[in-house]
Amino acid sequence: MTDVSQSKPPSLYAAREPVFPRRVSGKFRTLKWWIMGITLAIYYITPWLRWDRGPALPDQAVLVDMANRRFYFFFIEIWPQEFYFVAGLLIMAGLGLFLFTAALGRVWCGYTCPQTVWTDLFILVERWIEGDRNARVRLFNAKWDARKIRLRLFKWTVWLLIAVATGGAWVFYFADAPTLLVDLFTLQAPLTAYASVFILTATTFIFGGFMREQVCIYMCPWPRIQGAMMDEQTITVGYRAWRGEPRGKHRKSAEAADLGDCIDCSACVNVCPTGIDIRDGQQLACITCALCIDACDDVMDKIGKPRGLIDYVTVEDQETETRGGTSVSIIRRILRPRIIVYTALWGAIGLGLIAALVMRTDLAFSIEPVRNPVNVVLSDGSVRNAYELRLRNMTGFDRDLEISLEGSRNMVLELQGQDTRSVTVPADETLRQRVYLTAPANSGAATAGATEIVMTVSDENSETTASEPTIFQGTGR
Amino acid sequence: MADNKREIDTATNTETTGHEWDGIRELDTPMPRWWLITFYITIVWAIIYTIFMPAWPMINSATPGILGYSSREEVAQELAAANEVNAPLDERLANMEIASVVEDPELLRFATAGGGAIFRNYCSQCHGAGAAGAVGGYPNLLDDDWLWGGTLTDIQQTLTHGIRYEEDPDTRYSQMPAFGDILEEEEINSLVQYVLSLSNQEHDAEAATAGTELFMDNCSVCHGEDGRGMQDQGAPNLTDSIWLYGGDPESIANTIHDSRFGIMPAFGGRLSDEDIRKAAIYVHTLGGGQ
Ligand code: SF4
Ligand code: SF4
Repeated sequence: MTDVSQSKPPSLYAAREPVFPRRVSGKFRTLKWWIMGITLAIYYITPWLRWDRGPALPDQAVLVDMANRRFYFFFIEIWPQEFYFVAGLLIMAGLGLFLFTAALGRVWCGYTCPQTVWTDLFILVERWIEGDRNARVRLFNAKWDARKIRLRLFKWTVWLLIAVATGGAWVFYFADAPTLLVDLFTLQAPLTAYASVFILTATTFIFGGFMREQVCIYMCPWPRIQGAMMDEQTITVGYRAWRGEPRGKHRKSAEAADLGDCIDCSACVNVCPTGIDIRDGQQLACITCALCIDACDDVMDKIGKPRGLIDYVTVEDQETETRGGTSVSIIRRILRPRIIVYTALWGAIGLGLIAALVMRTDLAFSIEPVRNPVNVVLSDGSVRNAYELRLRNMTGFDRDLEISLEGSRNMVLELQGQDTRSVTVPADETLRQRVYLTAPANSGAATAGATEIVMTVSDENSETTASEPTIFQGTGR
Repeated sequence: MADNKREIDTATNTETTGHEWDGIRELDTPMPRWWLITFYITIVWAIIYTIFMPAWPMINSATPGILGYSSREEVAQELAAANEVNAPLDERLANMEIASVVEDPELLRFATAGGGAIFRNYCSQCHGAGAAGAVGGYPNLLDDDWLWGGTLTDIQQTLTHGIRYEEDPDTRYSQMPAFGDILEEEEINSLVQYVLSLSNQEHDAEAATAGTELFMDNCSVCHGEDGRGMQDQGAPNLTDSIWLYGGDPESIANTIHDSRFGIMPAFGGRLSDEDIRKAAIYVHTLGGGQ
């Protein structure tokens, strides 16, 4: 028998290889700076925009009001029963990701994903404080002396400030921003606000500062899903191996004539935020940030070769080019059935939501006939039904709503607890009102089984009406 | 069957459990360290939890835990807090003329909501969750016919002192004689026909005429000469279409023969004055209040 104590099972854990992305400039880097600026601005500024909705409602343009179960987005106010708008937007977001991934690979990852944007921001800070790649590698390997401690503490402090600002901005979407800001600093804010700020600060700090590409590689489901979304015709970042290989550094040597365009300078590897080599081909860890394109284009300019050794290119085009053919135009790559179907679906849901938004009213009600008992026979033999109405006033103003019966029926309509047929529904509220409907003795509705009726609720001031069908239940004899 | 030889698997350099099936041996891969640590932490956490929170079952109750938490206590506190919030409204309700509650919409809504809860707790057993009662002695509270009056004050009185509830000295009391001992079968039949005619139901006109005089002699004292009843006596109106014990000839004959004696318990003393008012207001809003 073998000695058991000597066995060393292989570890399942891969330690993180530190990545030190080098500074790069070029057209994609510029584009990414712009997108970073715009997305961060949207994130931080949105909660501070104001929008007047009348005295009873909050004036924050974008607000998720959990306590009152309302969602405000500029001129749109969503009530819980209209959650299909949110569902629709989520479906659109999902389809949008499919669409963009099928056409352009992981553009979401490379340009707009919060993980990418904040990591970019954190790397920017890191570079500003500790220097570019080489300086950072040196600092990483250096002993923990005063300078290293100072630089690290400074960097972490700035990161932490950004992280706090990030977590802090998030909670402003859920409460009146100016009030909450004051409350947060005067320790008056609810515990959940502090907890949210704390959790988001921690995740921003850790994900952006320390985990970075690990989030993309190990935590995010998107890289796994993308495989199903992409195909050979998807435009994505790739290395033109037919042009670059065989790679080689020694341009002056005799065999230089046989070498490809790649001078093996590692520029593309050094700038890569996930620390991979795009020359190994399409891979899970590539977030298609296109920085290696910028880096390589720069090198190609310097050695006087055409740009595009690393480029946005489809797998199919690479194959065609290898065989000596010419690649298909970008327009043709985008105008293909799969993309058109995605776009059509996406557009159809969008149009549906817009239609629903246009047809939506700020006055709605529902009728629940009281079925215990179904009806009451009064002393003079007339038959009465009761209905529970839920009147929803989706505006910022109190409204007097008049309830009536559609068509000319000889039934009497009364409101519980009211002398008139009209009731005041406070701004932005749902009011329950019981309505009594009485059919005279021996009338058609009183003796029939069920009679279909329609109730109408109207607001004279705004000339809005809403109608709902229901049933009057007679005695059936 | 497995044969228990623990040895090292050469391909993975991992110890095997010694279990072997058809030449396939089971690796004894150790638990990941983080998993084990998490597992131990949960055990430590569980012990700490049982020290601080109620946990170990004893004979009568559980160990209280040093934080002294109790969910009953929490409910009691929440109830007390809710009562405190409602206290001003309760006080207003207790000190006002009950009939004027309709002029105060806020109080009316408060009382109706509270009254509904009280009704479902204490009244629905007989009167039904929907307050529709049941034929055979449980009055329907939704209609506009009232044995003892349908104003807010009447309903409040009925709720407080009950009906024919002998433990309450102020209860309202009346009793219909059982005419089976007094009248002949034939006479009772004539009376039935007369009563049917009062509410315009199908009847034998000849017998009804014969019943007229019997009615005047025996029944009109309480039910009135016109048969419209008398709310002071709890004597029902016989001319309308509402019958507490059924309006068909057989039920009416039974009522006359054996009489009826419905009892409602008094709630004064069991419920607070405000709660009785709330229940009265709730019943009044059900559609029949006068
Ligand atoms: S391989 Fe290129 S595109 Fe992919 S993540 Fe690295 S730098 Fe970005
Ligand atoms: S940057 Fe271009 S030339 Fe340099 S190693 Fe990468 S692919 Fe080769």
